[in-house]
Amino acid sequence: MFHSNIEFMPAKGGQGGVTMKHLMSPLDFTIEELETLFNLARDIEQNPAKYAHACAGKVLATCFYEPSTRTRLSFESAMLHLGGQILGFSDAASSSAAKGESVSDTIRIISCYADICAMRHPKEGAPMVAAEKSGIPVINAGDGGHQHPTQTLTDLLTIHSLKGRLDNLTIGLCGDLKFGRTVHSLIHALVRYPNIRFIFISPEELRVPDYITDMLKEKNIPYEEVIRLENVMPSLDLLYMTRVQKERFFNEEDYVRLKDFYILDTAKMELARQDMLVLHPLPRVNEISVEVDEDPRAVYFKQAQYGVYVRMALILTLLGITVD
Amino acid sequence: MLNVGKIEEGFVLDHIKAGKSMDLYEHLQLGKLDCTVAIIKNARSEKMGKKDILKVECDINQLDLDVLAFIDHNITVNVIKDGEIVDKKELALPKMIKNVIRCKNPRCITSIEQELPHIFVLSDEQKEIYRCKYCEEKAAPMFK
Repeated sequence: MFHSNIEFMPAKGGQGGVTMKHLMSPLDFTIEELETLFNLARDIEQNPAKYAHACAGKVLATCFYEPSTRTRLSFESAMLHLGGQILGFSDAASSSAAKGESVSDTIRIISCYADICAMRHPKEGAPMVAAEKSGIPVINAGDGGHQHPTQTLTDLLTIHSLKGRLDNLTIGLCGDLKFGRTVHSLIHALVRYPNIRFIFISPEELRVPDYITDMLKEKNIPYEEVIRLENVMPSLDLLYMTRVQKERFFNEEDYVRLKDFYILDTAKMELARQDMLVLHPLPRVNEISVEVDEDPRAVYFKQAQYGVYVRMALILTLLGITVD
Repeated sequence: MLNVGKIEEGFVLDHIKAGKSMDLYEHLQLGKLDCTVAIIKNARSEKMGKKDILKVECDINQLDLDVLAFIDHNITVNVIKDGEIVDKKELALPKMIKNVIRCKNPRCITSIEQELPHIFVLSDEQKEIYRCKYCEEKAAPMFK
């Protein structure tokens, strides 16, 4: 990553020495900084009352230039649980962008109204432009197909909390591995930990891009690519499901032939280990049967809860707020 | 054989890929300089078979070596004083280039905010890969 002219500042009494002011990419954090962030998130989970007023008097601006209800509400929930206030907009049409205002100008104005900003934008790099001009910390809440760091932090915290580790894992990633931004980010974040092995489960058309497999080869990280999910279920510690969209296929026949391979049901779950976990960035459509929801290994709704905890920890960290 | 005379003071860009001298002329904005410029195309070269050469009679400081290195860092830069070569500049890939090329990613923020500079950062020196600072779209040196 090369956020060279983003202003980084040493945390003044911040949590464990996390030094950045903005979050643009999940790799902005070192492994040690992530550990500190996750410990804070876990403390928030266990002692929510302790943090209920931590952000009293602080305002989070959610600047969403495209709708993303879950992410926006997760940020807003995080700030409200910290005792802070929220303001913002949920699509470009209701912002001054509709009048032609630039991101640079908007963030200068938002800096006068709020203490921290979460920005979602359909154009890639928009939150970085904002960070360059901003007087307040900016969190990238998703920029086109580029980055969505708080989703990756959510995934990592979920794994960290429920598996107790981020190393020594065999991770199956299933579905659309070609266009799936969350999948690519998660791979980049996990390769920094020792003894990680990937199993990519996808149709030929939606295989993980070459630049990812090239990177894995370069780092000597084992991976395999398979077409059928059930064949690999017994060897997985984690299964990260994503949706296979019909429009991604070249023809209807292939879609019909392959779509059931990527639907997780109780029959496939029976093949998995008792301690395997199923994650999904959500929203789920039909790639996980609702019958799987009752399985204790299905943790995708818990994952959404961890999303709030990690965003709470992130807001505190970027604002340099400590709670004794 | 065509003969182009020596220059007294200035620089000679040698070992330009054949046919690329006019592109280089444009990118270095040599047209804006009020000095003598000789463009030699398809000169014989032992090393390259054919090559282009640019001779420019002006102060070396007027040349943007970073832009030149981004375009092709294999070009030889000879600095001339009193008709003699007094220095050969080594070109290294610049860490960052600004407004030399434009980001071609239609989803990049630079595609809608016209006032933003187009900045590319060297992300892999070995593979000579540059990436847009904002969207990380790949770009390679021009004459690669």
